[in-house]
Amino acid sequence: MNTMQTVLPYVISGISVGGQYALIAIGYTMVYGILRLINFAHGDVFMVAGLLMVYLAAALPIYLAIPIVIALTVLLAFIIERVAYKPLRTAPRMSVMISAIGVSYLLQNLALYITGGLNKNYPSIPWISDQITVFGMATTRVTVITPFLTIILVVILVYLINHTKIGMAMRAVSRDFETSQLMGIKIDAVISVTFIIGSFLAAIGSLLYFSNYPGVVPTSGGMPGLKAFVAAVFGGIGSIPGAVIGAFIIGICESIIKGLDTILITGGAITEQIGLATFSDAFTFVLLIIILVFKPTGLFGEKSTDKV
Amino acid sequence: MKKIIALALTLIMIFSLCAISASAENVVKIGVFEPMSGDNGAGGKQEVLGMQYANAVCPEVEIGGETYKVELVYADNASANDKAPTAAQTLISEGVSIVLGSYGSGVSIAAGDTFLNAGVPALGVTCTNPQVTAGCDVYFRICFLDPFQGTVLANYAKNDLGATKAYCLAKQGDDYSGGLCNYFIKAFGEANCVYEQFPEGTGDYSTYITNAQNQGCDVFFAPVSTEAAAQIIAKANTQALGMPILAGDTWDSNVILEAAKGTDVKICVTTFYQEGANAEFDAAIKEWIASDATALANNGGNNELAAVTVMGYDAYFVALEALKAAGSTDPEAVLEALPALECEGITGAIAFDEIGDALRDSAFVKECNNETGLWDFVTVAKAA
Repeated sequence: MNTMQTVLPYVISGISVGGQYALIAIGYTMVYGILRLINFAHGDVFMVAGLLMVYLAAALPIYLAIPIVIALTVLLAFIIERVAYKPLRTAPRMSVMISAIGVSYLLQNLALYITGGLNKNYPSIPWISDQITVFGMATTRVTVITPFLTIILVVILVYLINHTKIGMAMRAVSRDFETSQLMGIKIDAVISVTFIIGSFLAAIGSLLYFSNYPGVVPTSGGMPGLKAFVAAVFGGIGSIPGAVIGAFIIGICESIIKGLDTILITGGAITEQIGLATFSDAFTFVLLIIILVFKPTGLFGEKSTDKV
Repeated sequence: MKKIIALALTLIMIFSLCAISASAENVVKIGVFEPMSGDNGAGGKQEVLGMQYANAVCPEVEIGGETYKVELVYADNASANDKAPTAAQTLISEGVSIVLGSYGSGVSIAAGDTFLNAGVPALGVTCTNPQVTAGCDVYFRICFLDPFQGTVLANYAKNDLGATKAYCLAKQGDDYSGGLCNYFIKAFGEANCVYEQFPEGTGDYSTYITNAQNQGCDVFFAPVSTEAAAQIIAKANTQALGMPILAGDTWDSNVILEAAKGTDVKICVTTFYQEGANAEFDAAIKEWIASDATALANNGGNNELAAVTVMGYDAYFVALEALKAAGSTDPEAVLEALPALECEGITGAIAFDEIGDALRDSAFVKECNNETGLWDFVTVAKAA
């Protein structure tokens, strides 16, 4: 077996995971860009989207369930913002952050109560869950679709931000809260739109992620949420292209480190197992620390980029 | 004023949690120390089902000439080693005479000291790691151990499946899967094993499947929790793993059957009990499970019988026997009565050795039937 064929499955799997992290990371980075708030509940909104799909797909045909899941997820994020964050707009930033942590635990425990803590099998969505063969390697179609879909959605989003009225309002609000209010921008509407876009992408991300790794538990949002947050910081929090690129880098690194032992053994560099796979998460976070030490604002976190 | 109201409300909420109901009749409390949530939630619930059924069958026990009502007291250890001592302490504070559980060795090891300090005997149901009873005088168990199970599985892989190279996957920091992999590797031969661990919260198992394929292994040993198992099976199917998956008693669960049904993945497990060994008992417990909506949900939505449920049933009766032999509800008396205890359970004869482990010498090997979604009995394996 040649090296290319050994490495390829890891890269493809990494790109796919990266795409899913990217869709979640955008939600973190946009909310931070506008509110300077790290929305800790975002990963749990992603998990709730997964659970909604489990329950709705059992009752409705799949083509109806998907739009309803997306709509309900968006509604949930909208309600969270109105109930838990909006009343605290003038409060110190720390209070909003604690409120976000509270929402996160509330969602997790509600899910625990409803599911009884058991693993729920995610329904298989026809076509995208089908098995296919790419370059002689068996995988699901969703693995291949994810990166393309992610990029298409990001291009649309960037267009929205740079060329529409609401996008302009978002850019203005992210620069200066009070001045834009004085200019007649409805701050609350802009913030709501931000949450709606973020949760819409998280719902799409959850469709792709759980189709690939089909098990939903109340803590499912934890790790992907954390990794996506790391990706957002990595790329420079507040910058959308940064979050996307950061997510792809983290996804690919993680996947390759998990397989590094095997790659090295097949390549002939080492003859014995050295147990690198155990440290896949550790490597991810060490990488983050190194980047932040040399570039505290992240890869794309320059002042000149659009903070949305 | 607002502050005072807020404070008063908080205090009311706290005190209402402390409210305790007292009853006048003779009650003996048996603690159920099981995971009801987390990674092992599904298995824990199935084990509890057995105890609940046993309690329904036999709700009273005669201790020292008086009839006592048996009350099961539950504490959720959440499959987490850091939460286990608190859950154990809850049971002790409730005044239980004996504790049953837990599913999953890690939590049992973590809670061992708490039980030891309180002098409350604990009866492990399906925790198979040797460390549970070693060094903990109050811990007993009714199941076989990992060194035995690991050896049985390794022999089965070598002799029956004809495997020459094994891929072993464990969860990082998990005593159960780590221990079992260790004993499997010892018996299979270290040079022929690839051993890897995944961190907590892993969602992507596809790379581990790829690793096993690329390293030319011909058996995949993954004695991990059922949560991870469902995902591993799904990935093994889509990536055409091409080798059988072996696992321990944890995988004897309908979660696995559901995940494997309609796929091409071959799965073999060792377990405590094979459905059909006692038809009368099987029929009765299935009827009970089907009659109760909550029980049915806790069993994963169908009435397939898991071995852990039967073990839970046996554990309950061992506890009753211990109470009878002690002639008292005092934990200390129960603890003294346990070592000499011998009784006949559904899963076989139960007696303890000097460490407190069950004297068992055989395990059932089962294979998943991908078409029917049921277990097919393969063989009864004994340690070589």
